[in-house]
Amino acid sequence: MIADRARSLWRGAVTVIVVLAIYEAVARSGHFAPALMPTLGVVLQTLLGSLLDGSMFEHAAATLYRVLCGFGLAVFVGLPLGVLMGRFRPVENFVLPLASALMPIPSLAWIPVFILWLGLGNAVTILIVLYAALFPMLLNTWSGVRAVNPIWLRAAGAMGANENALFWKVIIPGASPFIIAGLRQSFLRAWVAVIGAEMLAASNFGLGWVIFDAKEFLNTDVMLSSLIVIGFIGFVTERLVFGSLERATIYRWGMAQAAKT
Amino acid sequence: MPHIEARDISLIYDTPGGAVPGLRGVSFAMEASEFLCIVGPSGCGKSTLLNIIAGFITPNVGEIRIAGQPVRGSGMDRGVVFQDFAQLFPWRTALGNVAFGLEMKGVPKAEREATALEQLRLVKLEHFAKSYPHHLSGGMQQRVAIARALAYNPAVLLMDEPFAALDALTRDDMQRLLADVWRTTRKTVIYVTHNVAEAVYLADRVVVMTPHPGTVKTEVTIKLPRPRDPLSVEFLDYQKELLRLLGQDAKGH
Repeated sequence: MIADRARSLWRGAVTVIVVLAIYEAVARSGHFAPALMPTLGVVLQTLLGSLLDGSMFEHAAATLYRVLCGFGLAVFVGLPLGVLMGRFRPVENFVLPLASALMPIPSLAWIPVFILWLGLGNAVTILIVLYAALFPMLLNTWSGVRAVNPIWLRAAGAMGANENALFWKVIIPGASPFIIAGLRQSFLRAWVAVIGAEMLAASNFGLGWVIFDAKEFLNTDVMLSSLIVIGFIGFVTERLVFGSLERATIYRWGMAQAAKT
Repeated sequence: MPHIEARDISLIYDTPGGAVPGLRGVSFAMEASEFLCIVGPSGCGKSTLLNIIAGFITPNVGEIRIAGQPVRGSGMDRGVVFQDFAQLFPWRTALGNVAFGLEMKGVPKAEREATALEQLRLVKLEHFAKSYPHHLSGGMQQRVAIARALAYNPAVLLMDEPFAALDALTRDDMQRLLADVWRTTRKTVIYVTHNVAEAVYLADRVVVMTPHPGTVKTEVTIKLPRPRDPLSVEFLDYQKELLRLLGQDAKGH
C-alpha cells in the first residue's frame, strides 16, 4: 500500500521533472527573449519574493474567498434541488429544461452581462463561479438520488423511517458516490471559472487578475508564478480535500465501485 | 383469533400488454409463533403475497389482518428480510444497520447499541459489529439482515427467499441458525421459498401455491419433531409429497 503510493508519487514526479527540464532547455536556448520566457530560477525567485512579502497570499486569499462563496452557494442550492428533482417528478419537470438550456452556455460568456448588471467586483465573480459550479452539483445529485437502491428505501420504510429520516439517513448516504463526484466536478469548474472571471471582472485582486495585469508590463515571471500557485491550490484541494473525503466515505463503505458504473 | 389472516387476496398487475391476474382468492390464517412456509414455482406470486403482507403493495381485493388489525402500509409490527444481499446499508456498520429500526423508534444511542449487539450475538456475529457490509460474506450479510429485522422486536418476521443466493453448505448452516433463532424468539414467521427441502426443514405448515394466476393449491402440515433430520425417511416423504403437489416429481411413477 505504502510502496504503491511511493511508486505512483515517483511516476508523477518523473513527468513533472521531464517537462520542467524541457522548459528550462528552451528558455536557455535563446530563441525567445528572456522577458517572454524567463528561466525557472527567475520564476522561482519571483514566486518566493511574492510569497515572502505576502502579496501572493493576499491574491490567493481573494481568489479562494470568491471560489468558496460561489462553490458554497452552488452546493447550498444544487444539492437540495438535485435531491428534490430526484424525489419529486414535478420539480424534475420544472428544473430539468431550465438546466438543460443554461448548462451549455459557458459561464465566462455571461461576464459582460453580469458586469452591466452588477458592476465590477466580487459579486460578478462569485456569480460566475456559482453559475459554473451549480450544474455539475445539481445533475450529479439528481442522478445519485435516482440511483439509490430501492431496496434501501423499502427496508428503511419497513423499519419505520419517516420522510426526514429517509432523506438524511438513506438518500444522502445512498447517493454519496454521485454527490462526491458532483462536489469534485463542481469545485474544478469553480476553480477554472474564478480565474477567468477575475481576469475580466475583478478590479485589483486575485490570482487571475495578477496574470492579466502582469501582461500589461511583460512580467512573464509574475504570470508564471501565479499559474504555479493556481495549479498548486487546485491540486491540493483535489487530492487532500476530496481525496480524503472519498477515503472516509465511499471507499470505506465499499461504494466506490458503484460510483464508477 | 389467528395472529395473521389473509382474506381472499387478489391482485392484478398492470403490464404494457394489459391487465394480468397475479394473485386470485388467496386466503390462509396462522397462529402466533407459527412458522409458515410459502412454496411455489417462479411466477406464482409468492413474493408478491409477502410484499402485500409487508404492506409494500395494496391488493385489489381482500385484506391482511395482523392481530385483528387490517394492514395499511408497512409497520413496525413486522420485520422484513429480503433475498438481495444489497438490502443492508453499505454506509453503516453491522451494528449500525441492526440499530436502524431502534433509531427510528427514538431509542437512545447507548440502549439501541446494546440491543443491537444482543441481536448480533443471536446470529453469532457479535465479533463483526464494527464491520461494514462489504467486508462480510453473503451468509453473514443475511444474518445481519435477520438481526436487523428482529432488533426492534416486531411480532412478525417476513422473509423472502433470504438464503436463495447462498451456496448449499452455507444455506444448510443458515437454516439451522434460523431454526434456533425462531425457537429462541418465538416470532410468527412467514418464509417464502421455492426450495422444498428448506420448507420441510423449517416450517410448521407449508402453503403450496400454483401460478397463472397465483392461488393456494393446498396446505401441508409438517408433523416432524425438531431439530429435523433431512436424511430421515419421513423428511424425504414430505419432500416427495410437496414435489408431487408442485407437479415436479419424476414423471412416470
